Amino acid sequence: MTGSKQIFKRLKVAILGSGNIGTDLLVKIQRSPLLSCTHFIGRRLNSPGMEKAKSLGAEVSAQGIQEILNNPEDCDLIFDATSASDHVYHWPLLDMLGKMVIDMTPSKIGQMVVPAISLKDNINNIKEFRNLNMISCGGQASIPLAHTLTQIEREIEYIEVVSSISSRSAGPGTRINIDEYIDNTEEGLKLFSGCKKVKVILILNPAQPCIDMQTTVSAKVKNPNMEKVKEAIAEIINKIRLYVPGYEIVVPPVYENNRIVIMVRVKGLGDYLPSYAGNLDIINCAAIVTAEEYAKNLMLVSDNPNKEIEYV
Amino acid sequence: MSNILIFDSTLRDGNHAVHHELNNKQIAVYAAAADTAEIPIVVVGHGNGLGASSLQVGESLINDMEMIETARAKLKKSKLGVFILPGFGTIKKNLKNAINAGVEVVCVSSHCTEADITQRHIEYVSEREKEVYGNLMMTHMVSKEILLEESLKMQSFGANGIILMDSAGAYLPKDVIEKITFLVTELKIPVGFHGHNNLGMAITNSILAVEAGATILDACARGFGAGAGNAQIEVLVAVLEKMGYTTGIDLYKMLDASDVAEKELIKVIPNIKPISIVSGLAGVFSGFAKHVERISLQYGIDSRDVFFELGRRKAVAGQEDLIVEVAVNLADKRIAVEKKC
Repeated sequence: MTGSKQIFKRLKVAILGSGNIGTDLLVKIQRSPLLSCTHFIGRRLNSPGMEKAKSLGAEVSAQGIQEILNNPEDCDLIFDATSASDHVYHWPLLDMLGKMVIDMTPSKIGQMVVPAISLKDNINNIKEFRNLNMISCGGQASIPLAHTLTQIEREIEYIEVVSSISSRSAGPGTRINIDEYIDNTEEGLKLFSGCKKVKVILILNPAQPCIDMQTTVSAKVKNPNMEKVKEAIAEIINKIRLYVPGYEIVVPPVYENNRIVIMVRVKGLGDYLPSYAGNLDIINCAAIVTAEEYAKNLMLVSDNPNKEIEYV
Repeated sequence: MSNILIFDSTLRDGNHAVHHELNNKQIAVYAAAADTAEIPIVVVGHGNGLGASSLQVGESLINDMEMIETARAKLKKSKLGVFILPGFGTIKKNLKNAINAGVEVVCVSSHCTEADITQRHIEYVSEREKEVYGNLMMTHMVSKEILLEESLKMQSFGANGIILMDSAGAYLPKDVIEKITFLVTELKIPVGFHGHNNLGMAITNSILAVEAGATILDACARGFGAGAGNAQIEVLVAVLEKMGYTTGIDLYKMLDASDVAEKELIKVIPNIKPISIVSGLAGVFSGFAKHVERISLQYGIDSRDVFFELGRRKAVAGQEDLIVEVAVNLADKRIAVEKKC
């Protein structure tokens, strides 16, 4: 060893949207060895998310997308955590700047990504896309399970996903976009499972103490091989847990009333909102792991795997 | 004496009682009878509203649009209504088509603390110049102040009225008087009540609501609805008439319509079974009853335990998937106890 270190600059990212999703992303990005947040952008400097960002020492701005248009060199990747209708307006502008975008909204614009499936072997499946859509929290929780079921049982006629989340974890953006949430999650389910008939339901529960996010996947199928199903589901759950540590099974696959039922719970890491907000965690963890894979792919074409890596 | 606006939910809430299996012929025959009785608004559809047919809450025998078109063809004087719960139904998939098919009244509903998810749906109906009501469900769970806060949101979105639903049949007289009086005083728009009969209070509570200033009541023929059933519409109309209120409904024809319902729609006339009493006491959505019975039987556990556990966990309408989880837990606990013995 010559002692020369391979130096990697962290990927510069900006967060657009200072709501629950954006703020929680910031906390997670600050922990990432591969990402560095250069701008945290909202509309009001005194919003709770902005206050939190300031306390974390982030560079904040209340200029919205204008901040990025004014300083296009400051970031390589943008997380859009605003709303579906805002993303429709943001994307052409970001596209013109040639930026990579991870869209947290249910806008249906970009390529849908579920890390446990899309990043299974490597990033090549999604490398060519510059707008990656994270679908929804319910989508991230359910699609890997649905995908796994359809790998084993080819004759699934219908898949249904019900997610219950705590009211406190659903900010105004989630609430106003409830129809888009359903629409986008259904589309993601169809895309990754190949099942043509799907249905998505979202329930907000205000119970105190707050309930953890819970997702139930039901699949209508005749004579399933439950042993194989159980095995494969356990395997995919372990894969998801690699990037969402609080993802756990509550009811392992059971066959009831001509349907397979699987129920999972997602506890959050408690970064911005407390741990009940697993819905924030699962979509944000998925976005972070995707951004990190992208960063590695950009930078890490290492010719010497033994070289010590330093991130700056 | 003032006029009371009656919503007939026989063809919507009644669907809960028959696993959402009302067919075209049944819908046609009852809609025709209700129209003859001049019931102002006839609501039709899956028990949980547009787009709700699912494994979660039960699959409809026929789809929403068929139900709407069938009822539409029979209603001349009565207005055609539907129910929608954001989170289940969407504007694009469901509401738009329903309105295009001639729906005139929409009840946009949410759990009693979540009115802001109804904003776009209420606005959508309002912009199309149809009547739209904000229905708050499971209203026994929160205080009158919270109900007001949520009702004010719906009022600001453009709702023509607010209907408090006693979805668990858990209200006692003092709850009705307190909550309705408060909302009637504070809101600019009419207030209504939808009563369930788990504790035998549906008619009494509905009448108390009117005396407290409510001007809308929602009820069903023979009480045809989930669990122990709803306020019985023909009784309600008769009592209101005796008290001097007007409803615009022809009482004789209403009584005839209720006979049609009994003969053509209802398998078992709703009555207060022990399971419904428990459901009312536990404050659990009446629509859970059939699912709880089936799943409890399958797992060999006491359905009453399931209801109390669901109540403890503050399950909201639509959260039927919790029943399986609770049942699995209770069954596991029982096995653990048996092993110890």
